[in-house]
Amino acid sequence: MAIKVLPAQARPVEKRSVAPAQAERIRRVQRLTAYALLVLASAASLLPLLWMLTTALKPAGAVLEFPPRFLPDVFTWSNFPDAWTSLPFSTFLVNSVVVTTLSIVGNLISCILPAYAFARLRSRVRGMAFALMLGTMMIPAQVVIVPRFLLFSQLDLVDTFWPLFLPNFFGTALYIFLLRQFFTTIPQELVEAARIDGAGELRILWRIMIPLSKPAIATVTLLSFVGAWGEYIDPLIYLRSTENYTIPLGISLFRGQYADDYNLMMAVSILALVPVIVVFLAAQKYFIRGIMLTGMAGR
Amino acid sequence: MAASPLVRREARRFHLFALPWSIGFVFFTGGPIVVSLVLSFTRYELLSSPQWVGLDNYAQLLRDPDFWMATKNTVYFGAASAAAGVVYSLAAALLLNIKVRGQAIFRTIIYMPSVISGIATALLWIHVLHPDYGLVNYLIGLVGIQGPGWLTDASWAIPGLVIMTTWTTGNAMIIFLAGLQGVPASLYEAAHIDGAGWWSRFRHVTVPMMSPVIFFNLVVGFIGSLQAYQLILFMTDGGPANSTLVLGLYVYRYAFKYFEMGYASTIAWALFFLVIVFTVIQFALARRWVHYEVK
Repeated sequence: MAIKVLPAQARPVEKRSVAPAQAERIRRVQRLTAYALLVLASAASLLPLLWMLTTALKPAGAVLEFPPRFLPDVFTWSNFPDAWTSLPFSTFLVNSVVVTTLSIVGNLISCILPAYAFARLRSRVRGMAFALMLGTMMIPAQVVIVPRFLLFSQLDLVDTFWPLFLPNFFGTALYIFLLRQFFTTIPQELVEAARIDGAGELRILWRIMIPLSKPAIATVTLLSFVGAWGEYIDPLIYLRSTENYTIPLGISLFRGQYADDYNLMMAVSILALVPVIVVFLAAQKYFIRGIMLTGMAGR
Repeated sequence: MAASPLVRREARRFHLFALPWSIGFVFFTGGPIVVSLVLSFTRYELLSSPQWVGLDNYAQLLRDPDFWMATKNTVYFGAASAAAGVVYSLAAALLLNIKVRGQAIFRTIIYMPSVISGIATALLWIHVLHPDYGLVNYLIGLVGIQGPGWLTDASWAIPGLVIMTTWTTGNAMIIFLAGLQGVPASLYEAAHIDGAGWWSRFRHVTVPMMSPVIFFNLVVGFIGSLQAYQLILFMTDGGPANSTLVLGLYVYRYAFKYFEMGYASTIAWALFFLVIVFTVIQFALARRWVHYEVK
């Protein structure tokens, strides 16, 4: 180990015997190239969204202009209220908020409890149950879509919100897995100490596990929010009356009725995206942490 | 084998705490999987009770030209979408791993589309890919090329969809970024001393060291895109001329348009089979190129 005396930074330059000025120039070119490519990739991400915004601000006549122009001459802000009121989007919004809230609450309750069981309570069937749970993650959603529909039809719950949120009250394998992984990192001594003090399992969960797992719980909340807010297939299958529609179904209905009014369609899309964008910007570190946790599954 | 009372008490608590998942397993995942398998051997059109038809549905599947069309489209879309996603997200992760100022902002911008992706952005992409008034052909037109009819021309519809899915590969990018940060800097320094340029450092250090992560993203991405149909249903509904009819969408059609629940289940199991086959193939190929570091 004593051989490593030269600072790491200095060695390459010496080895290649490049003059310091030239090395500096190479570094600058590299940094500029990196910036140029980063700006290009950012543009690829942002341009469609900016295009959405400028289209949403175009007056009716300017949308089907050929060749298209990026910016309109006048900003037609009235497109937003016009699009919103052309269909009962306020009703759709309330429906989406109800379904999303219930889905998040359901997921939190029904994923935290089993995650604690899988992480901290021993049973002879635990290993098998855990393997079964991971196994269900690999089954395509299309396999269970028909039996679930038959079940909810039997229960006479078609055209209600129940089929949209009820399954979330009975555990989502991915979220249980994420939480369980996090729970196992909490020192067992804390749990043992609490047990010696006579704390029950619920109390341990509430007082120790949950406060120490805030990042994982935030992650599950966010993933659950994005999933429920954007869900399209389930509402499409189960909801029949327009007054029960959620926002994604409303967008679909809107598209059917205003096929060429791209300015209004983009205005509606932006309004539907605002909550997700705000939540994403406010809590992106939790999204990133959650994705990294799922990535760990593969290592 | 008499377990102590303490052990039994803990086991009882395990069952109690796991109960939400156990009930969900019976009614919403495990149970439906069994029901679906049984249904795949029946004719069931909702109005009358299911009728056992043995392997008839599977025989029908093999003779169904739309099924083969859908299988071909599924593999094409799945492979193109997974490959484009891995290449783009790895490239983006490499850029985001360079130490320059403002990286946090670049990361937020490049990652955002994958979080907000859904019906609203699908509607956006219908417009962005519009042959006459869309952004993509507008940009292509700036260099004097007439862009194709994305989503309206049968041979360009899947490539059009792949452009959109590539836009939303932020999750793979984050996993790559985490992986890149785990590659020891000493390896790059050693390569640098040996005079390796950026390409050979990428080829001989990054790729082998990252191969387990590349493999993970490829497998997860492929499994995901083989099953994807939510946005396709919304954007093209399988058209034009069934050129974007994928198996997931075909299941949906038979189940909720024709209400043939038996045949729909058969298609769903064919899709599951396809996913397993391709995953097994990928694991078999992995032995040739995935390098696991011996610890």
